Amino acid sequence: MNPDNYLYLSAILFTLGALGVLIRRNAIVVFMCIELMLNAANLAFVTFSRMHGALDGQVIAFFTMVVAAAEVVVGLAIIISVFRTRRSASVDDANLLKY
Amino acid sequence: MTPSYAPVAATGTFALTAWVILLPLAGAAILLIGGRRTNRWGHLLGCAAAIGSFVLGAVLFFALLAKPGAQRSYDQHVYTWIPVPGFTADVGFHLDQLSIVFVLLITGVGSLIHIYSVAYMEHDENRRKFFCYLNLFLAAMLVLVLADNYLLLYAGWEGVGLASYLLIGFWQHKPSAAVAAKKAFIVNRVGDVGLSIAVMLMYTTFGSFAFGPVLNGASSAKVGTMTAIGLLLLLGACGKSAQFPLQSWLLDAMEGPTPVSALIHAATMVTAGVYLIVRSNAIFDVSPNARLVVTIIGAITLMFGAIIGCAKDDIKKALAGSTMSQIGYMILAAGLGPIGYVFAIMHLITHGFFKAGLFLGAGSVMHGMNDDVNMRHYGALRKFMPWTYVTFGLGYLAIIGVPPFSGYWSKDKIIEAAFAQGGTSGWILGCAALLGALVTAFYMTRVVLMTFFGQKRWVPDAEGHEPHPHESPWIMVVPMVVLAVGSVAAGFLFSYHNAFVNWLSPVTGFSEGHSPINTAVLQVVTLVVVALGIGYAYLGYGLQQAPSTPPLGSFATRAARQDLYGDAFNELVFMRGGQYLTRVLVYFDMKGVDGVVNGVSAGLGGSSGRLRKLQSGFVRSYALSMFGGATLLIVALLLVRG
Amino acid sequence: MGNTGHGETFLFWVGSIISILGALGLIFSKKIVHAALCLCTVMLCLAFFYMAQGAVFLGVVQIVVYTGAVMMLFLFVLMLIGIESQDSLVETIRGQRWLAVPFVLAFGFVLIGVYAHANLPEFVGTDAANAKGGGNVQSLALLLFSRYFWAFEVSSAVLITSATGAMVLTHRERTVPRKSQREISIERFERWGKGEKVSLTGLPNPGVYAQHNAVDTPALLPDGSPSEASVNATLRGRDTVRGFRPLPLPGARRNGAAVASRGDAGNEEVSQ
Repeated sequence: MNPDNYLYLSAILFTLGALGVLIRRNAIVVFMCIELMLNAANLAFVTFSRMHGALDGQVIAFFTMVVAAAEVVVGLAIIISVFRTRRSASVDDANLLKY
Repeated sequence: MTPSYAPVAATGTFALTAWVILLPLAGAAILLIGGRRTNRWGHLLGCAAAIGSFVLGAVLFFALLAKPGAQRSYDQHVYTWIPVPGFTADVGFHLDQLSIVFVLLITGVGSLIHIYSVAYMEHDENRRKFFCYLNLFLAAMLVLVLADNYLLLYAGWEGVGLASYLLIGFWQHKPSAAVAAKKAFIVNRVGDVGLSIAVMLMYTTFGSFAFGPVLNGASSAKVGTMTAIGLLLLLGACGKSAQFPLQSWLLDAMEGPTPVSALIHAATMVTAGVYLIVRSNAIFDVSPNARLVVTIIGAITLMFGAIIGCAKDDIKKALAGSTMSQIGYMILAAGLGPIGYVFAIMHLITHGFFKAGLFLGAGSVMHGMNDDVNMRHYGALRKFMPWTYVTFGLGYLAIIGVPPFSGYWSKDKIIEAAFAQGGTSGWILGCAALLGALVTAFYMTRVVLMTFFGQKRWVPDAEGHEPHPHESPWIMVVPMVVLAVGSVAAGFLFSYHNAFVNWLSPVTGFSEGHSPINTAVLQVVTLVVVALGIGYAYLGYGLQQAPSTPPLGSFATRAARQDLYGDAFNELVFMRGGQYLTRVLVYFDMKGVDGVVNGVSAGLGGSSGRLRKLQSGFVRSYALSMFGGATLLIVALLLVRG
Repeated sequence: MGNTGHGETFLFWVGSIISILGALGLIFSKKIVHAALCLCTVMLCLAFFYMAQGAVFLGVVQIVVYTGAVMMLFLFVLMLIGIESQDSLVETIRGQRWLAVPFVLAFGFVLIGVYAHANLPEFVGTDAANAKGGGNVQSLALLLFSRYFWAFEVSSAVLITSATGAMVLTHRERTVPRKSQREISIERFERWGKGEKVSLTGLPNPGVYAQHNAVDTPALLPDGSPSEASVNATLRGRDTVRGFRPLPLPGARRNGAAVASRGDAGNEEVSQ
């Protein structure tokens, strides 16, 4: 098998994650879809690392994880405070900022 | 003798100049701010301010008198009004022979009229306000004549316009008074535009507003510019002095209280135009064309006013026509140049005496006749109002120029100077002045005959009260007497050893005119002409009774009753024309300008109204557009890079 | 080293199918817990792929940190905001789905097309790189603490900031001081003194029985009837009280009467 297939898989997963972001309403699901997209990107990094025989890709993937962890912490806190005031986790309900 | 303008800084007594203005200004301020609390003593304060100002003026006059002729010019710098780099406007006062003459006239006649008004306005609940406005007028008029630069002069010019507006409309509950006030204000605006442009032109030409640079620099400036400035100054003078073609407001201004008519619309404010021209003599000396226009305007107006005066049955309007005519004489004299400046001012002063006296007399008559102004309802009043009759009669003799009353001395000099102009224009102007003297004699005789002689034609007023003519209280009589004395003696005093000419010539310059006619012959001709006017009036109004209702009259009479169609012309040309113009402009504005503006804004509004729907507030919509945009960008990048 | 070994080929095909199915499950499952479990599956598959590609450390971190910590955080929040909340898949924004699907498909095709057309080099493999430091972890550490040291330090700042941010965001300020037990007790007696219906002794505990031992089981009064006061009002409202049905809802009759009377009043108002 050609290791290129990992890249195709990463592309498919990224696309599916994007689709989830666009069509799901629950904020937590949207968040999980974003995690999926980040993971797909990580897979691509690791594959490229293998392609070039250098570990830099893995380091970048490692940093991606760090940033993802920070993002999850803050994002979930936001979801909780929104939920406290609106009693809803739907991203469509918070639509006051508009025309 | 050519005039020079070289004042020195005012010190000592002359530092009192500013106080001449500050006194009435303070009076006005106190009365205005104090409001009803000052009702009880407001008129006394007003009189005190005017008299105090007059006393200061007299002190200054005698101080000037003590100096030699060439050193009677003082400048008092008060403060810098607008201190901007490259542009300085000062508040400063200039005291010389010309301005002190005006100060004495304004404060003197002003004080008398203040005193007269105490009784005249006694029953008016707004008497305190009246005195506030009178003081305000005094202050503004003094600023006008004492200013040492044209900008401050302009401020005073507008100030007297304001005071005039307030006082004409003093009885604003009468629609006619309110309309007259507005008319005066608007017509004056036309003249003021001329003056303001003239001031701006001066600044661009000389780089200063002050009299010094302007008057001393005029002789070396371009003649065309000086002609333009002169004509614009004349326009300003026409507005303020009710000269043709801006004469229409003065007759309506008689709606104001009679003391106002006497002070503002006879003795002082309306003569401001004459002051302006005489003060700017250096400019007019450079431009003969501008002077010619000034004389033409003066000649036209003196005939114009006199003709109107002949036909009016309203005593105040007859006197107002006379005022217009007499100021025409002054303007005519001022336009004659150095041979006429002095006599313009001299006639101005004598006119200030006898016309103020005549107006106060008219006010006294009205006071006794239930405020009726129609002379056809008077008659035989000489027995009932002896003091008024005598003072009015003396003023009458002065105005028609009977020797030795004051009008004779000043008006004859003007007629002589007009002939002395020389050439065709001299003959035309001289004949016009002579003719004016004839008409003046006619209409003034008519006024006197209709008012004091003949039989009673009294009618009850609107409420049915029969008039009970009586002499006015002494507080009104005294000012009339003082003014009558002035009407009798002023001319002779001024002409004694050429006192007035010697006094003023350092400021205005003077050159002896040489009349083509022998002076003695001319004087006889003038007297004959005056006698003819008196005789004709006696035939019409002395030997036969004037009917109580005015007869239809000839075409000329009807035209004169209509102010020679001045208002009709204004209405036809300016009002209707202006209305049509504004209508066209409004149409253009609504359809053209607004159409474009509204169209653009409606287009923008509509498209943005549709576009803003994209701002739905849904995070997912935004995410979709971002994602779509990213996709398109990637595709575009790939296409570009091949 | 153009191709992988058979073992990795097998792992890839099985793992990729599972991960794509997991991703689809994440998108289309109605229950959020299911979606979270699907995501866990995908992440575990990815961990295997990392290890298979020589990134052993990352694979372990993926399991421990991602699947272990981050996903647990997700589930924790899910518990907080209601595990039973279901997400309707019906689209409410007009045209969103019709635009989203084509764009996403186009994006996927572009991405795959780019990979397909790209002139990718031969795979070198990570063995040599891993061997440089004496193993994957050591080699990574060498890189991390040399070339990427600055980024590493900055990432610590990011983590600190996010932790502080989370605390700030979820913090709620007390506006009144917390009441002590003594104050609550005094307050209760005062209310009782004013004639309000309050229980001075506190409400009875739920029933404790052999069969059921939970808050949804009411206690029995001496006469054998269940005590309304012993069950939480929320449970009563949800009608999930166990046993002894039908347990009359507290104040149901009163409320019903009140509703009826209010309804009557409203009708009268309308008729007037």
